[in-house]
Amino acid sequence: MAKTGFDIRKITGNRLFMPLVCLAAVLIVGGIFVPDFFAVSINNNVLYGYPVDIVNRASEVVILAIGMTLVTAASGGQDISVGAVMAVAAAVCCQILSGGETSVNEFANPLALAIIAALIAATLCGAFNGFLVAKLNIQPMVATLILFTAGRGIAQLVTKGQITYIRVESYKVMGGFIGKCPVPTPVFFAIAAVALAFLVLKKTALGLYIESVGINGAASRLIGLNSTMIKFLTYVICGLLAGVAGIVASSRIYSADANNIGLNLEMDAILAVALGGNALGGGKFSLMGSVIGAYTIQALTTTLYAFRVSSDRLPVYKAIVVIVIVIIQSPAFHRFMAEQKAKRAAKNQVAEGGN
Amino acid sequence: MESKVVLSMKDISKTFPGVKALSHVDFMLREGEVHALMGENGAGKSTLIKVLTGVYEFDSGEVTMSGKSIVNHSPQDAQENGISTVYQEVNLCPNLTVAENLFIGREPRRFGMIDWKTMNKKAAELLKSLNIEVEPTGMLEECSIAIQQMIAIARAVDMECKVLILDEPTSSLDDEEVKKLFGLMRRLKDKGVGIIFVTHFLEQVYEICDRITVLRNGELVGEYETESLPRVMLVAKMMGKDFDDLADIKSERTGGIDAKETLIEAKGLGHQGTIRPFDIAIHKGEVVGLAGLLGSGRSELVRTIYGADKPDCGTLKVKGQEVKIGTPLEAMKLGMAYLPEDRKKEGIIADLSVRENIIIALQAKRGMLKPMSRKEMEEAADKYIDMLQIKTASRETPIKSLSGGNQQKVIIGRWLLTNPDFLILDEPTRGIDIGTKTEIQKLVLKLADEGKSIVFISSEVEEMLRTCSTLHILRDGKKVGEITGDELKQEKIMETIAGGEESHG
Amino acid sequence: MKRTKKINSNTFLLMITIVLFAVMYIAGMIIFRENGFAKPQMFLNLFISNAGLIVIACGMTIVMITGGIDISVGSVTALVCMVMAYAMENKGMNAYVAVVIALAIGTLYGIVQGYLVAYLEIQPFIVTLAGMFFGRGMTAVVSTDMIAITNETFMAWAKCKIMMPFGSYNKNGEFQQAYIYPTVVIALVVVIVISIVLKYSKFGRKLYAIGGNAQSALMMGLDVKKTKMQAYVLDGFLAGLGGFLFCLNSCAGFVEQAKGLEMDAISAAVIGGTLLSGGVGTVIGSLFGVLIKGTITSLITTQGTLSSWWVRITLSALLCFFIVLQAVIASIKKKQAKN
Repeated sequence: MAKTGFDIRKITGNRLFMPLVCLAAVLIVGGIFVPDFFAVSINNNVLYGYPVDIVNRASEVVILAIGMTLVTAASGGQDISVGAVMAVAAAVCCQILSGGETSVNEFANPLALAIIAALIAATLCGAFNGFLVAKLNIQPMVATLILFTAGRGIAQLVTKGQITYIRVESYKVMGGFIGKCPVPTPVFFAIAAVALAFLVLKKTALGLYIESVGINGAASRLIGLNSTMIKFLTYVICGLLAGVAGIVASSRIYSADANNIGLNLEMDAILAVALGGNALGGGKFSLMGSVIGAYTIQALTTTLYAFRVSSDRLPVYKAIVVIVIVIIQSPAFHRFMAEQKAKRAAKNQVAEGGN
Repeated sequence: MESKVVLSMKDISKTFPGVKALSHVDFMLREGEVHALMGENGAGKSTLIKVLTGVYEFDSGEVTMSGKSIVNHSPQDAQENGISTVYQEVNLCPNLTVAENLFIGREPRRFGMIDWKTMNKKAAELLKSLNIEVEPTGMLEECSIAIQQMIAIARAVDMECKVLILDEPTSSLDDEEVKKLFGLMRRLKDKGVGIIFVTHFLEQVYEICDRITVLRNGELVGEYETESLPRVMLVAKMMGKDFDDLADIKSERTGGIDAKETLIEAKGLGHQGTIRPFDIAIHKGEVVGLAGLLGSGRSELVRTIYGADKPDCGTLKVKGQEVKIGTPLEAMKLGMAYLPEDRKKEGIIADLSVRENIIIALQAKRGMLKPMSRKEMEEAADKYIDMLQIKTASRETPIKSLSGGNQQKVIIGRWLLTNPDFLILDEPTRGIDIGTKTEIQKLVLKLADEGKSIVFISSEVEEMLRTCSTLHILRDGKKVGEITGDELKQEKIMETIAGGEESHG
Repeated sequence: MKRTKKINSNTFLLMITIVLFAVMYIAGMIIFRENGFAKPQMFLNLFISNAGLIVIACGMTIVMITGGIDISVGSVTALVCMVMAYAMENKGMNAYVAVVIALAIGTLYGIVQGYLVAYLEIQPFIVTLAGMFFGRGMTAVVSTDMIAITNETFMAWAKCKIMMPFGSYNKNGEFQQAYIYPTVVIALVVVIVISIVLKYSKFGRKLYAIGGNAQSALMMGLDVKKTKMQAYVLDGFLAGLGGFLFCLNSCAGFVEQAKGLEMDAISAAVIGGTLLSGGVGTVIGSLFGVLIKGTITSLITTQGTLSSWWVRITLSALLCFFIVLQAVIASIKKKQAKN
């Protein structure tokens, strides 16, 4: 009896326990109420089904969530400009490919050049945020508010206010499918980004540095860590990843729509971090948690679509779920549960004493 | 003449997850007495205070004030019941004026609106009556820490409290300010206020307290009249064993310095606004003390050497080579280590585990691209937990849940792991129980014997006399003297610190 | 000497904001003289078109002083407009009842968000983010189509001009009296009342204390949770009121309404000298923040050839300037404190 109790605590004590429970809860609800929720089929050489849809659509949020997790851990704040940076990257990419036309059927410039330029633009945006946060010590939310408001304006400036269409098959690959591969390409982007992030954290001490700086910047400086540089680096990484997400998103719709690419995705990315059990105040982090969080959000969205909830009304349910989840994760709720447990324990003790 | 009991706590128990912080503790405070609450770190002093002030709720027991049973659920409740508290860390709002900090929550009002004029006037009167020289309309953040501490006390004093709790208020005050504080305490005492005084300074206890309650490991050891309890006995009660006295650390470590090689040599090193250009030479295997009042530039001097504050003039030689140190990392690579004064703010990385806190400096020194393996980390952590006898549940326990003394040991372990030639210890024993204090002092001497050079900063002259072979004295951001050999006597040091005599050096 | 300089650093930020506004506006008057920028009515239009935002920015300032944030205000505005339009047009409700409903929605928002932030200790950003989603979604639940308001009482309020004792001559040389709408009066009354509350009430000072150092405020015996809760309730009420004023201006309800309004409000507060870390800020500053935003908008529309996204870019550049300025002042302060 005592032994099983210990085991359970070991499982529930794991950092990934709550995020996984949340994901499972969403999937179970979907599984019960949506027919064929877990069914996957192959039509025209392409995988179909809700699970595929979830994994595919979550890709951008997964990519963003990686950067957001690092930024949150190191600076104790969030980068709310990632959605706008996605739009900037998409705009730069499409503008170079189109050579200034609003709609083209073939590339005006090499694809590689466009992608590199887009990633550089996104990285510069990240560096700008990083400079404000790390060097000038501005709160992350405020610092990134600047690009949050300016970003889409800049993107429109790049595309001259037009929606630039790139009607070229090879451009659609990044948001579509590679040749005959039945798995959507964005999934590979997400997996690659996650794998790369894990590799970096495993093979370098960056993770420990980020946590250390996020928890106590002054102490970190005195033990030889360059807090400024580390914070700056996380924002640069975050910007770069936003660029990748922007290109994927743009490829999906083979265009650069400055007003809609990455719209509200910063919110999803932040939610993913929170759902992953990471403290938004910085410090210790779990990248895997955030990735699970990102899939949870998409699973929720897909499930709601399956319930035929219109996209306009979707936010209502998202909000309710978010609130329920953050309440469950809140310190006050934990205290409440602990108290209840203690009370029950006390009762049991009394009962045993009576016997 | 036995005075009336104003506060009594009976059979108080408090458990935190996994820790029994207080078990069946009694405490009694009489009207008009200063009552010292003593114990080593982790003895339960802070918990008892926090239970009393409503920060924590106790599991069982009873608190009565003036015969009435009370339960404080929040500091607000405690205040309403006449219990005011001044904590070790200043708990005021930096963005408000001095007057507001004194009166917030009970501002004088006219027609329902705050009457700023009256408030400032009342504040000025209050500050004047307590001899605190500060403008009531100034912002709190502009005041020095000592003044802020005095303002916090003034606030507590003005609240018409029956019980005043002073939780280590003197650790950031210099002698003059402590004297002022004691004057204040005596006046309150005469008014019949019961004062609970928590401190680590034995001298202060014997100077001002009437009674002493000693706690150990969350249990009550006993309540004593100060007069009938000799110091040695008090220490023994706190330690819970026959105390083999600090005297067994010998201070026979003088002489023969000249023959040794010079490790650090600074000439005209300084930092604008904090420390004026100074010269200092530190030899191999030597323990050098920096003495001076708080704010005299002790910490600032070592910070310039270590590169924590970049020096803006002068030269620094390490092992004969001239170097420029711009960041702590460069200093570390030259074999330096720096244990900062403020353990909480600049030392520990609270949420990280003991293991991570121990290895992080070495990891930083190695660089980001060469991470230590898990095994390497665990071995290092275990080695120092063992060597320094760090009391922790496991090496994966977050450092924040350790007691202050053990946290300090972790940080010492962190630096020893980097194998430095030159260790700077800035107040390593502040706020630490006597047992650990002695251990740290012994360790310092041992390290010096092994050939490491150490700069030791402390507010306690006795401690420095025991460990250091040379003392550099600072006053007002300037090095004013150097005392070595036979001259190392308490009076001589005091004189130099106070600046009564022409200094040499 | 040093002291006076330091005390004024917050006032200094406010002064810059006011001066900047004046310079911008006067420059506009000179450059766009021909386009009627110099007319007094042009100045009053700043207030008329931003009355709702002014009220909302006041609420934002209050929660920002406590160290919090509320990004739900844009959605609340949209929801309020939609509910009012729906209630009056589709349900034939009395305009007065509709106003009460609007204020109730805002207050309810404040209560729920305040409870979650203050008592359940969830980060305000996340709570109000959920609030933002919820509000926008609920607006769509009420109606996905735009509802134009035709209710007579309501339109009477919306069109009720309050004439000013001054005016200007139009191209034909006719004298035109300058006017404002009641919305402006309400907005200015809110600014004045909240200013007084912040400076002269216990509640107001508690807000600053909490923003300065919540732990200290608690130790000094202030009821931090209750005060925070009250701050969010007041903020919610003001968002409801601001939404109503917004509705008087737009006379319609639709899902995409007031999108990005929360960022305008935050920008206005920051430009007006409110620190996002809490503890510092005034509603007068935020008022000027709103006016600066309004001036930029009208300068760019008056100019005519610049595209609308320049408004966002200019505003962001300005925001950047103020944020950097705050940071520089803060670092100077820190250095001074050290010495």
